Amino acid sequence: MALPTESITINLGPQHPSTHGVFRLRVTLDGEVIQDVEPIFGYLHRGTEKLAEERSYTQIVTLTDRLDYTSSMINNQAYVMATEKLAGLEVPERAQYLRVLTSELQRVASHLMGIGFFLQDLGAMGTPLMYCFRERERILDLFEMVCGARVTVSYMRPGGVTQDPPPEFWPALRTLLSDFPHYIGELERLISENEIVLARTKGVGLLSRELAIDSSISGPNLRASGVAWDLRKADPYDVYDRMDFDIPVGSNGDSYDRFLVRVMEIYQSLKIVEQCFKEIPNGPVRTDVPFFFRPPVGDAYAHVEASKGELGFYLVSDGSIAPYRCKIRAPSFINLTALTDMLLGWKVADLMVIFGSLDVNMGEVDR
Amino acid sequence: MTTQLRGEAVGQRLQATFPDAVTSWDDDVVRVKPDSIVEICQFLKDTPDLDMDFLSSITGVDYVESFEVVYHLISLTHNHSVVLKTTLYGRDDVELPSVMVVWKGADLQEREVWDLMGIVFRGHPNMKRILTWEGFPGHPLRKDHLGG
Repeated sequence: MALPTESITINLGPQHPSTHGVFRLRVTLDGEVIQDVEPIFGYLHRGTEKLAEERSYTQIVTLTDRLDYTSSMINNQAYVMATEKLAGLEVPERAQYLRVLTSELQRVASHLMGIGFFLQDLGAMGTPLMYCFRERERILDLFEMVCGARVTVSYMRPGGVTQDPPPEFWPALRTLLSDFPHYIGELERLISENEIVLARTKGVGLLSRELAIDSSISGPNLRASGVAWDLRKADPYDVYDRMDFDIPVGSNGDSYDRFLVRVMEIYQSLKIVEQCFKEIPNGPVRTDVPFFFRPPVGDAYAHVEASKGELGFYLVSDGSIAPYRCKIRAPSFINLTALTDMLLGWKVADLMVIFGSLDVNMGEVDR
Repeated sequence: MTTQLRGEAVGQRLQATFPDAVTSWDDDVVRVKPDSIVEICQFLKDTPDLDMDFLSSITGVDYVESFEVVYHLISLTHNHSVVLKTTLYGRDDVELPSVMVVWKGADLQEREVWDLMGIVFRGHPNMKRILTWEGFPGHPLRKDHLGG
């Protein structure tokens, strides 16, 4: 006699150690197999876009820090680029170099966190994450030298950056650059040929090239699916057109590729930082922009390759000191579009591996 | 460098295929009628030399006397972009067709525009609030939210 079966619906989160923030998944299971997934979020919604409408263009920089709080520098950069486009501001060359330099350091820090938490989700409790955090700490120390803050940096301003790094920054950066390849190599040896990591990630959570493009996936997740699309190359901003670097691309679009693309990108980012370090010219770091300024009536859209994908700001000016509308195209948010498709048919034990491999940040998803 | 396609070039091509759908264009924007948005997006995606395969973002803007929905499109193959805008009048029951049939990437973004701006995307399979909760009063990004 065949026993009747029933599917069950369970809630994962909102409080769950693997969601890195407050995120809820309503999962329908047939035994262990995932039949349906509904992501539910918004628990961290702070109304950033609405807040921006009541702040001056310079003040909004501080709001952008709190979007993806693991890559504040890059958020700053995307926002100030949009204001510069809107107001037609020039940026001195040294400031452009400093922006690229700090943004690439930030990308390394963000990817380290992504990799560390991904491995934590796999069950490698503590050790790899602590390795990643040890190295990230070094970068945050440099940020502290540059601007006095470690996470919510607010280093960039419309028309440049707030200040030149102090003299002791440059030798510290030199030491970091010579230490890092060894650090990352150590992490890579520890992880990328580990039997358990391979078994749990290879071929798991496939995201096809077609689905990735159709679902507007961007950043390392898109590149892991075999699409060599990187805005630093495709639409160079600041001084990226002078930098020599490669775009690491995956071939299978599985969780392992998404993890590996991030590791490879760290090496490329360090290469860019090295070039900035060698080539940075002397000169002013900011054009003279008043604290309150009024861009002409109009709109502008600027996008950058953030650590999670395409981060864009669409600003509308009505000629006042605050934007009429400030829309944030948040990569983590849009990368969740494909989550349900990626999870269907996999076992519930793979759920957190696949979700972790997307490396989303709830601060940016909920804004 | 991503080439921003000139509004005039795209606008004239669209007008040749959809005579009534294009309202105007300027340097980098094509303005179209809301009811033709799906056909126009499908045309932009399917035409080989335009090939707008990547929907970058959908934005809603409240200009009080009207709403504007802005579509930023990119072609990953040709590395060029185009901006479409469409204007919607009225305050209640503002709606336009969903472009989810063209790009799946519109899914969460259209829900966000509905939630925060109160614009309904007709034909979206799951038109629910996304960042606020069901039962939230009003749509917070509207200029008259809570009395403005």
